[in-house]
Amino acid sequence: MRHLLSIEDLTRDDIERILDRAAAFEEVSHRDIKKVPALRGRTVLNLFYEASTRTRSSFELAAKRLSADVVNFAASGSSVEKGESLKDTVLTLTAHSPDAIVIRTPYAGAAALVAGWTTAAIVNAGDGKHEHPTQALLDVHTLRQKLGSLEGRSIWIVGDVAHSRVARSNILAFQLMGADVTVCGPPTLIPRGIEALGCAVRYDLGDLREADVVYALRMQRERMDQHFVPSLREYAAQYQINGRRLGPRQVLMHPGPVNRGVELSGEVVDSPQAVITMQVKSGVVVRMAVLYEVLAGARDERSVPRPTEPQLA
Amino acid sequence: MTPHESPRRGPASGVRLVCAPASPADLLLRHVHALDPRTGLDGLHDVLVRGGEIAEIGAAGMLTAPAGAETVDGDGRHLFPAFVDPHVHLRTPGQEHKEDLETGTRAAAAGGYCAVVAMPNTAPVVDSGPILGALLDAAAREARVPVGFMPAITRGLAGRELTEMAELRALGAAGFTDDGRPVADAGVFRRALQYQRLCGGVLALHEEDPALSGTGAMHEGVVSALLGVAGIPSVSESTMIARDCALAEYEQARIHIQHLSARESVAVIAAAKARGVAVTCEASPHHLTMTDEDVRGLDPRRKMNPPLRSEEDRQALVEGLRSGVIDCIATDHAPHARDEKEVPFEQAPMGTTGLETAFAAVFTDLVVPGHLALELVVEKLTAGLGLLGLFVPAIAAGERANLVLVDLDAEWVVGESGYESRSKNCCFAGRTLRGRVLLTLAAGAVAYRERSTILSVPAQVTSSEGRSLR
Repeated sequence: MRHLLSIEDLTRDDIERILDRAAAFEEVSHRDIKKVPALRGRTVLNLFYEASTRTRSSFELAAKRLSADVVNFAASGSSVEKGESLKDTVLTLTAHSPDAIVIRTPYAGAAALVAGWTTAAIVNAGDGKHEHPTQALLDVHTLRQKLGSLEGRSIWIVGDVAHSRVARSNILAFQLMGADVTVCGPPTLIPRGIEALGCAVRYDLGDLREADVVYALRMQRERMDQHFVPSLREYAAQYQINGRRLGPRQVLMHPGPVNRGVELSGEVVDSPQAVITMQVKSGVVVRMAVLYEVLAGARDERSVPRPTEPQLA
Repeated sequence: MTPHESPRRGPASGVRLVCAPASPADLLLRHVHALDPRTGLDGLHDVLVRGGEIAEIGAAGMLTAPAGAETVDGDGRHLFPAFVDPHVHLRTPGQEHKEDLETGTRAAAAGGYCAVVAMPNTAPVVDSGPILGALLDAAAREARVPVGFMPAITRGLAGRELTEMAELRALGAAGFTDDGRPVADAGVFRRALQYQRLCGGVLALHEEDPALSGTGAMHEGVVSALLGVAGIPSVSESTMIARDCALAEYEQARIHIQHLSARESVAVIAAAKARGVAVTCEASPHHLTMTDEDVRGLDPRRKMNPPLRSEEDRQALVEGLRSGVIDCIATDHAPHARDEKEVPFEQAPMGTTGLETAFAAVFTDLVVPGHLALELVVEKLTAGLGLLGLFVPAIAAGERANLVLVDLDAEWVVGESGYESRSKNCCFAGRTLRGRVLLTLAAGAVAYRERSTILSVPAQVTSSEGRSLR
């Protein structure tokens, strides 16, 4: 695989191959010296146009554990603030010959666009509200560890689906792995037409008990300013996953960072059903596997430069 | 109102369509399949143009070129009345890095157009007499085909105060529009409708409710849900059209709805027309041939406002042309510089170029597969300026030569040989289309000639006098 741009591009075989390798990297994380020489001499560039501590440091750790050199390029304090375009930034950074660029931007399709401007492998670390494929992969990895298989499992994704790239990637990835997905949230935050992705849609938590896995999304405070819901209080009353709603055999997931008391009550965050820290751990090994996949997995294709015109669909 | 007038300042009344002086054509178009849906002309003919006027239409092979006239062997290729476009963006003044009067009208001529009307959302906005006057003067130097200008309805397109519409009209305004945005305030819009009784001029309307469009960047539907791109719902357009039809009906005013995109809008206009509202409307080649499925790759060249909508919407527009609800095809030619469009989809400005591809796109996607008759498409491509009270080009003896010669069998790849427009943001780029414009006559002069168009007699040196536009 040359780039990881979206879950939509992947097959179930692709996901299984990447996650089997991630499982192999788990062993490395338990060593005293948590490093293998797989990507020695390779350069991974983190290009983040949005504030992100978790994802960026997870990618940084993953690259370092594979012995790659890592350069972090944050949009703040850089030429971007001086008005440089995305394309010029990418062309400038490409002059340093990075082997991979991990990119996060607030714009859908930006990672795919960048892939046409550079010879580096592109890993999408979030493009607007479109996709966040490594989050979905680490969530599948976590569930495979926890449940064995996703086949036939019912997974509810609860919250602000409209503004969530995590939701979109996870709907696709969970279904690809054989799970049944239901999205649930306020009608103002469920995008029109989302059923076309194959998921069921609910507007209340009445049947939450049928879920094997409850995946809560972060409720962003800026959505409150846009009046998508009347108040956080009302949101919590309708959609908060708490001890009363979460069953003892249900697995609870969240992409972090958690708003305690909003989408999750404190008690469930700290409950044994929650696998939130396990997700963070999975993040490093899955991103190791992704970087390995795009940098060591398909060496033959990588010398072919791509044209610079935006590509037609 | 006169159809054409001198590039020199005309009388202070009437719409002005202005272009640079050019030699009146003297040429014989032999063996052309002349088709004019309004006169019923449809067959092989020789058409003689003398001094910029259609002098004679004869049976094929029967006319001979007089001395000094050039002969073009049509070889059975189609001759239509040249197209007109009531809705283009020529970006002058202030945005000449995207387009100017010369490049924009060159693109028009290359697409088979003999006249276009430019929108006022420039920098500065065309909202005062001096700016309009300067534009008309510039067009008289630079425009390859006649250009009319529609100044703004409200100053600065801000939607609050009316422009000095009577003065603008006296200077030759082709109508008024705030294109690019709606006149959101119903009270302001109502005053513009009332003021029309004084100054005339069709109000051309870009219809959307800003509160419903929000930050949307594409059609709200299955594809936007999949891509996570904020959607512009169809009802953003149709509810505003309903409001404006009701207001126009109440004030007995004349309005024209620009670039219809949604099936709900077609239904609203059909109902308004049925009860006698003086409303006309247009649809663009891209809305007639493409859908939001074509936006899946997030190619910024396919970002426009209104957005490409669903297949059902596209079909409703095609049916609207057939039924007559939609009066004309207009391109909304909207050039943007390469670096402006080479950004992520959500950041990119709205708009696609369209003058050079309009006929071929509609012909390839709608006429060749049998969805629309060729005569209907020619009628809709030549109707737009008549709706504004200007003129309708025709193939008839005594008419000024506004003609386009087209090879319906020629295939070409959009963008492969570049564009006449300064900008390259064409949503059809890379597509193979059928139907190539070979020759365009606008206001009596040759405005475009495809390089391969073979002439049996080389062009003669013609007099240096300017085109005698009537």
